[in-house]
Amino acid sequence: MIAKLSNYWSRMWTKAESEPETPEVAVPLKHSTHAEVLPLDIPPNDPILAYFLGSPGVVEVDKLNLDSPTLRALQDANVMLTLPLVSQGELIGLLNLGPRLSEQEYSSDDRRLLNNLATQASPALRVAQLARQQLAEAQERERLEHELRLGRVIQETLLPHELPSLDGWQIAAHWQPAREVSGDFYDFIQFPDGRLGVLIADVTDKGVPAALVMATTRTLLRAVAERLVQPSEVLERVNNLLVPDIPANMFVTCLYLVLDPESGTLCFANAGHNLPYLQTAEGVVELRATGMPLGLMPEMTYEEVEAKLQSGENILLSSDGLVEAHNASREMYGFERLENMLARQSGCTSITFLMADLADFTGPDHEQEDDITLVVLERNPVYPEESPNVGDVWYTLAEFSIPSEPGNERQAAQQVADTVKELNLSQTGLDKLKTAVAEATMNAMEHGNQYQADIPVLIQVLRNEAALAVRITDQGGGQSIPEAQMPDLDAKLSGEQSPRGWGLFLIKNMVDEMNITSDEEHHTIELIVRLKGDENE
Amino acid sequence: MNKQPFEATIRYQSDQVIIDLHGEIDAFAETGLTEAYMEAESHNPETIALNFSDVVYINSTGIALIVSLLAQCQKSKRPLVVFGLSDHYLEIFKITRLADFMTIYEDEASALVG
Repeated sequence: MIAKLSNYWSRMWTKAESEPETPEVAVPLKHSTHAEVLPLDIPPNDPILAYFLGSPGVVEVDKLNLDSPTLRALQDANVMLTLPLVSQGELIGLLNLGPRLSEQEYSSDDRRLLNNLATQASPALRVAQLARQQLAEAQERERLEHELRLGRVIQETLLPHELPSLDGWQIAAHWQPAREVSGDFYDFIQFPDGRLGVLIADVTDKGVPAALVMATTRTLLRAVAERLVQPSEVLERVNNLLVPDIPANMFVTCLYLVLDPESGTLCFANAGHNLPYLQTAEGVVELRATGMPLGLMPEMTYEEVEAKLQSGENILLSSDGLVEAHNASREMYGFERLENMLARQSGCTSITFLMADLADFTGPDHEQEDDITLVVLERNPVYPEESPNVGDVWYTLAEFSIPSEPGNERQAAQQVADTVKELNLSQTGLDKLKTAVAEATMNAMEHGNQYQADIPVLIQVLRNEAALAVRITDQGGGQSIPEAQMPDLDAKLSGEQSPRGWGLFLIKNMVDEMNITSDEEHHTIELIVRLKGDENE
Repeated sequence: MNKQPFEATIRYQSDQVIIDLHGEIDAFAETGLTEAYMEAESHNPETIALNFSDVVYINSTGIALIVSLLAQCQKSKRPLVVFGLSDHYLEIFKITRLADFMTIYEDEASALVG
């Protein structure tokens, strides 16, 4: 009998839990002795389902009297006995047997054997079903993840491959999707007359739907911006093109500005996007221009506003992923915190600080809620051409800040070296300056700012006719900096002195002059390198 | 600027052990440098040589690490040989007087000739 059982081993898979409808049953073909099975669905309202669940053990098909399509199907397939396989109150399969090959009736021993078999087969079958289901789900997940990774790669090709290089300007950008793919994007369009178009946009929602709309919008904006001049006209045209095609409930906020790098004038229009922040010596101001997001309603018009960036000023464009980020207590990062940060940090380096501050605010294990995009355009401070009256007046060549994190001193040294490139220091002079700047920055980060990443070290590079000055300021005032002394190497080697303590000594030996000033809040180390004569050789 | 993490590898040349230093010698180099030195010393060589030709940056913390290493060499009466320093770092070794306590060669070939 066992040999025949395998012939009629039928399978039934319940479908996914979300669709608990029809279990599927396979039955042997009429008079067949082979493992040939036909799938059979048991409708959820079929009374046989309740019968199977309520009466465990072998069921004699011919003795059942139910108005059941399943029962008829079993009878048509010449099933004599059926053995419901039940696991945790759920029918997971039927073991169907046709007539015995010997043409005898099934004995009570056969039934007992079958009932025992059911007890063992049900959990085993359930485990096999779950394992198969999990494997299928894992394969599906892997396929989706692979597609998303590809999507990310494709999307990155739609972003600028490099930042534009404009004389007298520094440009920085940061794009950080919340998921593999993003609805945020930014773009630069370089016009033949030297002007620069800058786009930042944010598609509602995130992930794949947003990414698809992002690709369309980016293409339209680029195409239209290359044909039309005025930012308001560009947004108007793109809005009319998007409205008929964009899916319901989706729209795009977008800010488009055109910068004339020569004059510092910028002209922009805003389709419901976050307002840009203009940072001037007097403080931070929002630049306002009104307009509806793209894709909501046709025939919208957009206000166009002009502004001018003076030397040393900058403008920050951002998407809402930064200000709308929440911390564990569900507080929002908010515009106020952003404005406070911008009051402390300016220019291209503000991006590093904003992202470090956001990480502090949200805390560890934070899952980024929305895409974040930041773009900064910064107009360099102007160094006036040599004039007869320059005298001892110091002019700023560059001013930047560095987060207080171990290892950042090298970046500081390199930025100073890049700034003084035009002064043509000798290689020796440059190496010495870099070591002095690195050591002073390291002291400022470690002793002044206690390596707190959100407290910056401010670095100013200045010059006058005769000398170069680098001023490195931390925010750890109110404590004195010890005078640099010649470290006692013999004492260090014999273990009487710590092997450390070389920083100030090195700085003093690398530059022509070192001055330290302190107030209640700050320490500043000023490094002076004379430009005339052989002092720095 | 890309960080170039510190790495130390060890070579044996008859009675000398050469520690090839790579990358940046700063606070992050402490473990790597100490381990390399201990490994070198465990072979009880006559001299230990430090090869700086692939070192891109040394800061004051790195100088302190070299001072500690030199102190250990002195303790075990093992001469310390140094080669491959750039002009800039050679000057720093002179200013700090480290150069007074070690033999400095321009490159590996001259260090081997001794």
